[in-house]
Amino acid sequence: MNRLAQEHVLDVQGVAMTFGGLMALSNLNFQVKKGTIKAVIGPNGAGKTTLFNIITGSFPPTKGTVKFKDEPIENLKAHKIADRGISRTFQTIELFSNMTVLENVMMGCHTCVRTSFLSSGLKLPRSHRKETEILDRAMKVLRFIGLGEKINEPADSLALGEQKILEIGRALASEPELVCLDEPAAGLNETETHVASSLIKAINAKGITVLLVEHDMKVVMNISDEILVLNYGQKIAEGTPEGIRNNPRVIEAYLGGEA
Amino acid sequence: METISFTSQLFQYLITGLTVGSVYAMVAVGFNIIYNVTEIINFAQGEFVMLGGLIMVFFHVGMALPLVLAFPATVILVTLVGILLDRLAISPIRQPSVLTLIIATIAASILIKGIAMFIWGKDPFDLPAFSGRNPITVMGAVIQPQYFWVIGFLIVVVIALSIFFDRTIIGKAMSACADNADAAKLVGINVKQMILLSFALSAAIGAVAGVTMTPISLMEYDRGAMLAVKGFGAAILGGLGSFPGAILGGLIMGAIESFGAGLVSSGYKDAFALIVLLAVLFFKPSGILGDIEISKIKRF
Amino acid sequence: MLQIAKLPIAIFAALIITFPWMAHQIPVIDHYADIMVFVGIYCLITIGLSLLMGYAGQISVGHAAFFGIGAYVSGILTTNYGLNPWICMIIAMLITAVIALLVGAPSLKLKGHYLAMATLAFGIIIFIIFNEEIEWTGGPDGMPGIPGLSLFGFKFDSVDKYYYLVWAFVLAAFIFTANIIQSDAGRALRAIHTSEPAASAMGVDIAKFKIIVFVYSAVLASLAGSLYAHYLNFINPSTFDLFFSIKLLIMIALGGMHNIWGAIIGALLITFLSYEWLHYFEEFEVIVYGAILLLVTIFLPNGLVGVPEMLKSWVRRKN
Repeated sequence: MNRLAQEHVLDVQGVAMTFGGLMALSNLNFQVKKGTIKAVIGPNGAGKTTLFNIITGSFPPTKGTVKFKDEPIENLKAHKIADRGISRTFQTIELFSNMTVLENVMMGCHTCVRTSFLSSGLKLPRSHRKETEILDRAMKVLRFIGLGEKINEPADSLALGEQKILEIGRALASEPELVCLDEPAAGLNETETHVASSLIKAINAKGITVLLVEHDMKVVMNISDEILVLNYGQKIAEGTPEGIRNNPRVIEAYLGGEA
Repeated sequence: METISFTSQLFQYLITGLTVGSVYAMVAVGFNIIYNVTEIINFAQGEFVMLGGLIMVFFHVGMALPLVLAFPATVILVTLVGILLDRLAISPIRQPSVLTLIIATIAASILIKGIAMFIWGKDPFDLPAFSGRNPITVMGAVIQPQYFWVIGFLIVVVIALSIFFDRTIIGKAMSACADNADAAKLVGINVKQMILLSFALSAAIGAVAGVTMTPISLMEYDRGAMLAVKGFGAAILGGLGSFPGAILGGLIMGAIESFGAGLVSSGYKDAFALIVLLAVLFFKPSGILGDIEISKIKRF
Repeated sequence: MLQIAKLPIAIFAALIITFPWMAHQIPVIDHYADIMVFVGIYCLITIGLSLLMGYAGQISVGHAAFFGIGAYVSGILTTNYGLNPWICMIIAMLITAVIALLVGAPSLKLKGHYLAMATLAFGIIIFIIFNEEIEWTGGPDGMPGIPGLSLFGFKFDSVDKYYYLVWAFVLAAFIFTANIIQSDAGRALRAIHTSEPAASAMGVDIAKFKIIVFVYSAVLASLAGSLYAHYLNFINPSTFDLFFSIKLLIMIALGGMHNIWGAIIGALLITFLSYEWLHYFEEFEVIVYGAILLLVTIFLPNGLVGVPEMLKSWVRRKN
């Protein structure tokens, strides 16, 4: 596939973020090509999660622009960004623990199908139709991620690996064009990691662009098309897995402190 | 009666305001002590003040103990109530969430109020002023000697607390819990004990406020809630968690109330402080001395 | 799936319909129909509060104010201006909605303790206004002479008639609210309760949802207030004080705020406690309420409706 001809789905320009004088990100520029998997790596405190939070609208950057499909989104609230087609998972699992597996995924459909207070309260046929539609979509997603058997279990009763998968499923239910996965393999054993990696590939195969933060280098090298390396809030390298593997600055950033 | 000039009237409002404000400041300090260690807002904070006043009446008037004995005895008894509050209402909660903790302290507050009504009835009680009731006149304003006691005790509380938090090991350990409970646990600080201590300390300060204010404004069983809300307003106004903020917030709150009641409407006396509280919450929840950057991240 | 079963609602409706007849068969509880009118009125408030606090997780310690605004607007417009009570009721709800919107929009940005204090302060301010604006409200002495309700010439002039009127409203509010809970909107509310970041990442407009439930619960309280005023024909400020807001809190905490049935059970028990069973405690009932609230918070975090679930998990652990 000729990737050069493809458009950028995400374009980050000159993004900086300071917290009370502390520089978390400085002058960051990068793009994510449509239909690819891009990984963001870097030591702890490199600013990866801050970057995710900016892209998904938890807070606006101090400086710079973030464009999604050529439109600036850096000042939009999180829910508006979700409506535009970016969905995410969280580093520390943020499932709706008071809901079942199915309800969690149904919640993910909120970006596509929603009902008003009044029509739900009066149970208008419209809202009933929508609820059925949400249910169908959620079931489809659950079968895709392999949790079709556990739909009625409370979300917090699942094993950690399944919770991570469920969170990805919930993000998929919003039919995003870009999913941001914050450490999808953190805390998983080898089998679970394998399941997660295949799922991410399968998502990508559906044409969804993936941006992920991950510490597990095996996963990163295995599935990403491109890698962005951050250190102390700055980009120190960007390129293909092979290129990054041999980049001296990356090796220094990871090993320098300890050597 | 001679007519009082407008300036001396304003001065009178200011003095009265600062006195009442000192009480609010002490309540606000009490809020901050517990908040800093536990992030709990103790809705029963005002009940400590009410108990301070009424227990003092019992010891000093009822049992005719001299002031120097009755005062410490009152503080000790209210401190015990603070300890009981933590042991019986706060620490037994198995899954503490903000909602349950709020409800627990509200429950404790009406329970204490009910028990106080059971013991003392509904009538307000008076307490002799510490050094008589012969007012002095300054610039045409009438000043009760008790005003100085209230303001003086605020100063004593502030000095004692700053020594406690800066100079003593226990005080430093409490500050450490406030900064980072997990880290404090790691270095061997018993967080549960620190929480208990914070309730005890804040009850003691509430008692001091109650004892000193009763000769001026009497005391009855149902004063707690209003004192708590105004004290919280003072704490918020100064920036929740900040001790200098609590003092400043309390004094400003007292002054606003006094001027509002004097110049605008006495019927709405209690409303002024509450309107200020709402205004601060709506427009600047970090307060005047609160860190703006931090409040942005905390997103109140 | 969160389903609110239809059968219990049907049984509940049947019980409500037959209750006055049953009560009148037994002389000792003959007057229970009258108490049940108040239960119904309080249920209207707790149903909204349950949605606000239990489902959406937003605390309010000031709903007595909205209850009072409903009662006073109805009272003032009917007695001073002779307007039709039903129109007054609707005007009261509109006024309450606007006030709830103005207070709620900035308040609901606040979390936890801040929100609790803001609603508490608001409640006390409104209470002071009821006491001070004597020209309008009659002040602490209250406002007599509020007319009763009638519809197309049919007068709701007996306890039983008013009972059915109130409970018709309760049933409608219950079903409306239950429908919301079981819909996408209800899920969004519960999502906000557990994780605001995750909810907004799913496209939930948190601010909008919070304000809608806040206004909805305030409007229900206002409706309850109007019904209260027209039933008693007299209102005074002490009904709408801080303690009433706390009593509402006790109702939903005791019943269980995570479940809409809890709103009904809590209102039922607390109303009967205060109108009937705690008579000999007189004013000291406040101690009982404090104790109930504290014990429920510690031992029954999910209220009475959570008891079966608690027993089940206790039995499971035993085995």
